[in-house]
Amino acid sequence: MIFSTPSLEYGALSPMLIILGAAVLAVIVEAFVSPRLRPSVQLALSIGAVLFALGQVVRLRGTETLTAANNSVIIDGPVLFMQGTILVFALLGLFLIADFEQFAAQASAIPGSAEEKSAIQTGKVQTEIYPLTLFAVAGMMLFPAASDLITLFVALEVLSLPLYLMAGLARGRRLLSQEAALKYFLLGAYSSAFFLFGSAFLYGYAGTVQLAGIANAISGAAGNDIFFLIGLGALSVGLLFKVGAVPFHAWTPDVYQGAPTAVTAFMAAATKVAAFGATLRIFYTAVSGAEWSWRPLITGIAIITMVVGSVIAIAQRDVKRLLAYSSIAHAGFLLTGVLALNQSGLAASLFYLATYGITTLGAFALVSLVRDSAGEVTDLNRWVGLAKRSPVIASIFALFLLSFAGIPLTAGFIGKFTIFSAAYENGNIGVVVVGVLSSAIAAFFYIRVIVMMFLTDPEDDSVTVSIPSRFTSSVIWIAAIATLALGIFPTPILDVISSLATFIR
Amino acid sequence: MTLTILGALPLLGALLISLLGNSQKENLRKLALATSLITFIGVILIAIGFEIDRPGFQFVESYSWIPSLGINFQVGLDGISLILILLSTILVPIVIIGGWNEAEGGRFSVKTFYVLLLVLETMMIGVFSATDVFLFYIFFEAMLVPVYFLIGGFGTGARQAAAVKFLLYSLFGGLLMLASIIGIYVISSNQIGRTFDVAALQTLKIDSLTENLLFLGFFIAFAIKAPLWPLHTWLPDAAKSATPGTSILLLGVLDKVGTFGMIRYGIELFPNASKTFAPYIITLSVISIIYGAILAIGQKDIKGLIAFTSISHFGFITMGIFAITTQGNSGATFYMLNHGFSTAALFLTAGWMITRRGSSTISDFGGLQRVTPLLAWSFFIAGMSSLALPGLSSFVSEFLVLVGTYTRYPVAAIIGTIGIILAALYILIPVQRALHGPTTPGNESLADLNKREIIAIAPIIALIIALGFYPKPALDVINPAATNTVSKAGLSDPEPIVKEGGK
Repeated sequence: MIFSTPSLEYGALSPMLIILGAAVLAVIVEAFVSPRLRPSVQLALSIGAVLFALGQVVRLRGTETLTAANNSVIIDGPVLFMQGTILVFALLGLFLIADFEQFAAQASAIPGSAEEKSAIQTGKVQTEIYPLTLFAVAGMMLFPAASDLITLFVALEVLSLPLYLMAGLARGRRLLSQEAALKYFLLGAYSSAFFLFGSAFLYGYAGTVQLAGIANAISGAAGNDIFFLIGLGALSVGLLFKVGAVPFHAWTPDVYQGAPTAVTAFMAAATKVAAFGATLRIFYTAVSGAEWSWRPLITGIAIITMVVGSVIAIAQRDVKRLLAYSSIAHAGFLLTGVLALNQSGLAASLFYLATYGITTLGAFALVSLVRDSAGEVTDLNRWVGLAKRSPVIASIFALFLLSFAGIPLTAGFIGKFTIFSAAYENGNIGVVVVGVLSSAIAAFFYIRVIVMMFLTDPEDDSVTVSIPSRFTSSVIWIAAIATLALGIFPTPILDVISSLATFIR
Repeated sequence: MTLTILGALPLLGALLISLLGNSQKENLRKLALATSLITFIGVILIAIGFEIDRPGFQFVESYSWIPSLGINFQVGLDGISLILILLSTILVPIVIIGGWNEAEGGRFSVKTFYVLLLVLETMMIGVFSATDVFLFYIFFEAMLVPVYFLIGGFGTGARQAAAVKFLLYSLFGGLLMLASIIGIYVISSNQIGRTFDVAALQTLKIDSLTENLLFLGFFIAFAIKAPLWPLHTWLPDAAKSATPGTSILLLGVLDKVGTFGMIRYGIELFPNASKTFAPYIITLSVISIIYGAILAIGQKDIKGLIAFTSISHFGFITMGIFAITTQGNSGATFYMLNHGFSTAALFLTAGWMITRRGSSTISDFGGLQRVTPLLAWSFFIAGMSSLALPGLSSFVSEFLVLVGTYTRYPVAAIIGTIGIILAALYILIPVQRALHGPTTPGNESLADLNKREIIAIAPIIALIIALGFYPKPALDVINPAATNTVSKAGLSDPEPIVKEGGK
């Protein structure tokens, strides 16, 4: 047997390699650096790696290759944009993670045990979160870039496994957090199995795991359609789980609520980019020839996702659960971008993902500031009258909510407008009308929060808005400025996106 | 640049105000008043430069804003928009003078009130002068935010619920309109390239089903704004809760965005669909006229009364618009102006009555004519203007609307006239109860109008009377625009069916 050395395009792969390398390095740091120095070393290492990788992404702009890493990775415009977006979100996420108060002192200790108490007393801090984050980021960057089903699956696992752990690290309400982690893990494992099952069937259909090969098999109409349908169906379940579409959304509210807020922020923003990146690539390139087979289904899922997400959100009394259901509704809006199946649909999706992510990061960062003596306060009834206590924070949160609701002059509006018009262009008028109407429903609960903060008198005074650390406040301000700037003057970023938004196949 | 600078003036004032300290209440008010007066003078200058006979938009400006989506910052004026901008900029200083202390006792600071008010003024100028549909939509939606906080932050009673109801109704309509805007945008990008220019969009060829749907998206949004029965339920709540000043702007100006939109983005953009739906819309208008009037008669609350009379009046306006005749249209536009004045006068005087008496129930007043003659006369004239007494400006417009409607929809016009009779009832009953008869105990020592209040009410009453006797200046501006609208709809005025008399 002859082994040939695999040829790796180090240049094109460098952003991912840097992050993976830094993750491995971070594990070593975890083992050898003294606990006292560890937090700052880890933070510097992670931020440095993310910035370095971001620089590489910028350097790589315009690069296109179908065959990186032995035909398993594609680098093209959309991939680079998504990798850049994920890295920016990772950077902001790391800023939030740097506030250690949110994390369990020792995750392995049983809640309430003596071990936990001693960990708290000795002032232990968790730094495993950094390598975990970096691994997740690497997986997220690979996910939209994968050009075959195996790589796709590997990327899916690399991004998911650290997230399962990270969801369980909350300091307060540890049981809730661990429950969320377990739920996320079990459902995630289940959906991974679906994904793998679907991949096997698609392999049976096309005789290859390459996305391009699947596209060829569809245009050649050579394979067994039953295999294809089962394969695509099961694969879609895996993807739709990750994007949080109904009926695969059940994990979202629990995980968003249970996970430490910094993790929720990072996860909500970055996972959506990665998952939609892969979804877009598969539906736009691999199976676009078999549009007849999936369009009705995805249309239906988009519609119920928008409606269910918006309607259930009305009944939420917890701000993190509210944002979770709102993220479900937004997944529905993003699915209309998948349905658009044209260049403007892809461009609109990229813009939407970027703006939604940044606003989400800001919103969760802000949630982490509203506290009482026991920790974060996420019960909306206790947010009443927040504007009296902290007008600036309340105004910024209102801005984020208005952007989620798609009110003009915010980024969310431009996103919604572009994505709906792309879907309309391809004749999905029904979806657009449902989308617009569910935006109206969604507006109701966003506005209810604004009413609570601004127009209602506070009942209890135990809730305070803590002074944000420099890291957290920079995230909030960056998000607020981006939300406003991208709503008023989106041209630069729209131009960048439209010059990039073509998948090579 | 003229229009942009004009629109930016109030915003600039708002910025200056936000720099002032919260405690300098007097300075805040003076600065707000000065800003609004300067803006008004600016509008007057523009109106002088406006050439009545020139077709198309004037003072046109166009800057590329989001080129990849074909969005321009594009503004311009025609007769209708000029009239409405005039109305808005007259009313803002009057609101500030008339409700000098209105901002106190709200949830938010006095400063916030004036900042919101001036931001709103910028948006009012923007919404009427935008000639890019996207820009129009942005103003249309964005102006909800200041109004929402004005109602919810400074109103009385169930202000929160009223503010939320107002916002949700408007957002719902706005989002339907967004769907239509997306539709017309996609059609334009297929036919003439991505654009939102309203003049260019009028040249599109749209198949009739799509046109009908797109029209409905716009129309429902405007019918909520205007408000037309059965989409009116937010208005009485909002008007009852808001401060008088906010109500003046809400009913006097913001609701006109709906009727203005029906002309600019309904009839002119979708002429065929407008003709298809006109009979139904006329029917709804007639229902509004009668329904608003009957409910107005039954109102015990003076603010609720004004709100329901407005619903009736908006019925007249909508009827005039969708009659699609020159007279109907110019009558409707003139009606918008007059309704603005008479509502402002009613709300101002009602507001003063309410603050003096501490109650907004009509039966709490009585015999005001003797105690506060000036206030009573002002309310009386405002009421007469609201019931369209000949000699006052609203008579001219109501008459034009009815004549214009009669030539095409005689039955509707005839039923509409019942509204005039009901109007006499809903105005005269409260006038009799509140102003005449014996003085109700507790009212003996109410103060009459002070100088500031006289300064606020005098210009409106002067305008109501002057335009009633000599409506020509306003109609000269309105008529060409109305003719233009009717011809864009591809219709001409029906010949009057009158048998020639024997000689």
